[in-house]
Amino acid sequence: SSHEHKLNFRKSKEACLSYIQDAMLQKQWKRAAEFLTFYVESLEKDYSREHVGPSEMIWRIGTEVLCHRSHSSMKEFSCFMEQMKTLGVKRYLKVCLEHVFHLLCNGQIDEAYQNLSLAESWRYGEQTAIQDREMKLVQAYRGLLDYYSWSKQKNILLEHGLDGFADLSVEQEMHSCFRKAATNLKEIIKIPGVWDLFVKCYVDMLEFYGDPNEARQVLNEYAYNSRFPANPNAHVYLYQFLKRQGESKKSLISALKILHDIAPSHELMIELNTMLQKSKKRKKRRLGLEVIFAVLDYAGWKENVKAWSCLARQVKQILISEKHLDWIKQEWNSRRDWWPAFHFSRYLAKRNWQENKSLSYEKALVAGILLGKDCKYFKYVSHQGCKAQMKRFRMLKKFVNRHNSVYLRISG
Amino acid sequence: RDFNERCAQCSEVNWGLTDGGRYYCRSCHNVTERTREVVNTDFMTNSRVQTISKGLRQQENNDRGCEWYICEGFQLVLKKQAEALEALGVCPQMKDEVLCSFWRCYLQKSKQAYCNRPAGETVKALSVCESSTDVDSDPERPSVLHLLSLSESEGELQTDCSFASSMSKVSESTSVYSGSVDGSLYLMKNQKERLRMTMPMTLSFCYMALLWLREPITLSELLRFVVEGHIPYLNVFQHFPEKMKLCGLDLKIFCVESWPVYEEVHKTMLELAAFLDLPRFPDITDSCFLHPDMLCIKYLMEANLPDELHNWTCRVVKKIGIGEVDFLTLVPGNKSTRKVKYDILAAAVIVVVLKLLFLLDDHYEWLLSDFAEERNKNNKEGGLYFEFKKWYEVVKRSLDVEQKKLDEERAKYVWRCEKPLFYSVKNKSKVLKRRQMVVNLQNQFGKLSGSVQRAEKPNPSSFQLSWSEENTDGSCFHGHSLKGILQEKCGLLTAMNPDYWLCTVKLCNEKLCGHLAHYREVDFPQSYHFVLRLFSFLLRIQPSYIHDEVCMIEHKLFNKKLYKKLKYNTVLRK
Repeated sequence: SSHEHKLNFRKSKEACLSYIQDAMLQKQWKRAAEFLTFYVESLEKDYSREHVGPSEMIWRIGTEVLCHRSHSSMKEFSCFMEQMKTLGVKRYLKVCLEHVFHLLCNGQIDEAYQNLSLAESWRYGEQTAIQDREMKLVQAYRGLLDYYSWSKQKNILLEHGLDGFADLSVEQEMHSCFRKAATNLKEIIKIPGVWDLFVKCYVDMLEFYGDPNEARQVLNEYAYNSRFPANPNAHVYLYQFLKRQGESKKSLISALKILHDIAPSHELMIELNTMLQKSKKRKKRRLGLEVIFAVLDYAGWKENVKAWSCLARQVKQILISEKHLDWIKQEWNSRRDWWPAFHFSRYLAKRNWQENKSLSYEKALVAGILLGKDCKYFKYVSHQGCKAQMKRFRMLKKFVNRHNSVYLRISG
Repeated sequence: RDFNERCAQCSEVNWGLTDGGRYYCRSCHNVTERTREVVNTDFMTNSRVQTISKGLRQQENNDRGCEWYICEGFQLVLKKQAEALEALGVCPQMKDEVLCSFWRCYLQKSKQAYCNRPAGETVKALSVCESSTDVDSDPERPSVLHLLSLSESEGELQTDCSFASSMSKVSESTSVYSGSVDGSLYLMKNQKERLRMTMPMTLSFCYMALLWLREPITLSELLRFVVEGHIPYLNVFQHFPEKMKLCGLDLKIFCVESWPVYEEVHKTMLELAAFLDLPRFPDITDSCFLHPDMLCIKYLMEANLPDELHNWTCRVVKKIGIGEVDFLTLVPGNKSTRKVKYDILAAAVIVVVLKLLFLLDDHYEWLLSDFAEERNKNNKEGGLYFEFKKWYEVVKRSLDVEQKKLDEERAKYVWRCEKPLFYSVKNKSKVLKRRQMVVNLQNQFGKLSGSVQRAEKPNPSSFQLSWSEENTDGSCFHGHSLKGILQEKCGLLTAMNPDYWLCTVKLCNEKLCGHLAHYREVDFPQSYHFVLRLFSFLLRIQPSYIHDEVCMIEHKLFNKKLYKKLKYNTVLRK
């Protein structure tokens, strides 16, 4: 149609927006600011039918640009944010929160606190009810800052307490901070969500005031309530708490087991494996083997000596006991196609030997058992180790030679 | 006696004439500024005429300004535009004689002034002091929201949602619907009967006047000057006097939010010429600027093509008869002839000539260029032969740079001005607050980007691309020779290129689908597309329009061959 080429306000601003986008993607902040200057007049037009209107665009883009233009001061930024707050009442609390985040990142804790308090007292008809969630967040962050104050005062007290000079006013303030923080933090963690920071702080306070039951309940809710999104950290926090409380191995293991399911490469898997290996229950030891194999499936663990030593120890243990070889067989079944290239190539043998003797030792042990004494990795490392006249490598060689037939049974 | 306005004070229609020739209301003795004048021009039949005086009626209503009519507003716009054109070098007759006359004729024909008001038609305007009860009691009066939703061809002003919400409380408020007296009426009336005035139409008026005077400005140039800001169009209401308050529906009429489209302005111009019953326009002869021979010179220069090509454009023009006076001159109302778009026509002629000489099939032109290059390397005397490749590189580079600049200009366009607009008194404060915020943000980010307030608009120039022979880098091709691609046959210079490909074998019916042909870039050689792109940039129109004209010219040129060889494929031998 003859109107394709029609340049109108809308098209002109769309083009402007795409120039801004390009500039931002290429981190050309000055250019982005330049085009943004020409974009802002779209505020004077009604875009109520659009999904994302210009006021929101300007808020988000403007924030980015101001952040990255290093010579824009915090004051300018705050000024900008204040304007953004007046632009859209539906976004008011969101903008407040973002402003607060920036202040916090900039170390302006007090200003952040003030802004949060101000935001908390905001009321706007039915919007207040609609923005209830944002309000809870505002309160939660204020609670967080209260926690931060509490923490500081606690440390002061602990220091002076040792000297015997307990400052009563500090103590009272500390308690009041606790109360304020606790109220707000408790509220937000009731809502399903990811609240790692809030949970940690709340539990910290509860533990300090000697209320482990409440803490345990909070952590259990956070970890096990199905309404909450699956969150590995929830289980980590619970585990750490239980450990601090000196709980039994059984409950510790059960807390970590779930982590193996949802985050098999987690660093706590080492601890889990260690506990499981030592268990008297056969099932637990079996699980331990599964856990450690799973960990080493991940590239991030390839050069981790501890992980390899756990595996080596367990595999060695199984060999010596001559029981449960089938466990190794089962685990090895799905890995035999790719682990050799992944872990036990000749190139890796050389590199591991050069960089980390202990690593190569542990790996060689595993390789020797799983792939036999003639495998590239074992051959190279043990040869090098014997050449260097290191005792443990000689022992290793002997051990593997003795059990060489095992690998056939495993791979069969 | 002929004056049928309602008296502003007592709403009676009972006028008499004072000694000074002014109308006064017999019922309440309210004297108006309206006077009786008789104007005689070439185009109007002898009739008693009334006129709206050039000044505005001095009816002050508090500080709400005076009463003004929409056509008064347009009159102001036209005046400003004419003044701007005069500043650009157009002769003063344009403003004082031609445009004025056209406008008065229009007012008469559309029965807005200079005529007897048809019986029964009273100005039922929503004036400033309209009380709320009237709105409810009159079911015939369309709702304001309905008026706003009438689709406009010019602006696409979105309904301010606050306005919409305030209108829902119409029964409670006595807010202003339009600053003008007849704003709502204006939008309501059936357009077809009287060719309602719009902002793009002001440009149609201007162009029509320019054409009548045969001034050396093409429509594409006029529109370019508008976009560049040399001719008032966007935000022209800034020039309205303080007393003429603009709000409500006036905005829909006077505020544009899109640039005028060539097609639309041209079409409206033709409709207007017919509506005004204008006679045949002054002849476009071969000494006129608008004649294809003349325009071709300009465009050849601008496209950095050799001057020698002009011989060829003239030959084509002569051969197909598009240089004839009767073909070029506008006869309003004659529906049978295809209306000439002088600038596009000239550009298309050049494209056809390029195709004749270079074929432009993405092979032959480069071949010719290689020969020329060889020759130029070995023989420096006797002037350079034109090398298509070199020309392409030079022009493409400049074109890309200019196009990029243009695209960025368009994205950076500032649409709003300082004078704020509001639909109603109710959202005035909101609008002002927004404006303040916009200004603040502009300052803030303007400082960040280091950019000063928009630079002064560049001086208007007729040429967008210029090439100087003085440049030693050989980037000017005006003086280059076409010798390498021509040959002599029977004493006549012809092209060495024996072939020609038609853009389309069959022309579409323009009346049905709007185009003679349908241009898709992928269907055509890249060289051809490049040439279209070049002229598309210069004329600021879509390539498809030039393509249409090219098809038209080709079909005229190869008319006989087409009839004979219609069943063969598209490549013809000359």
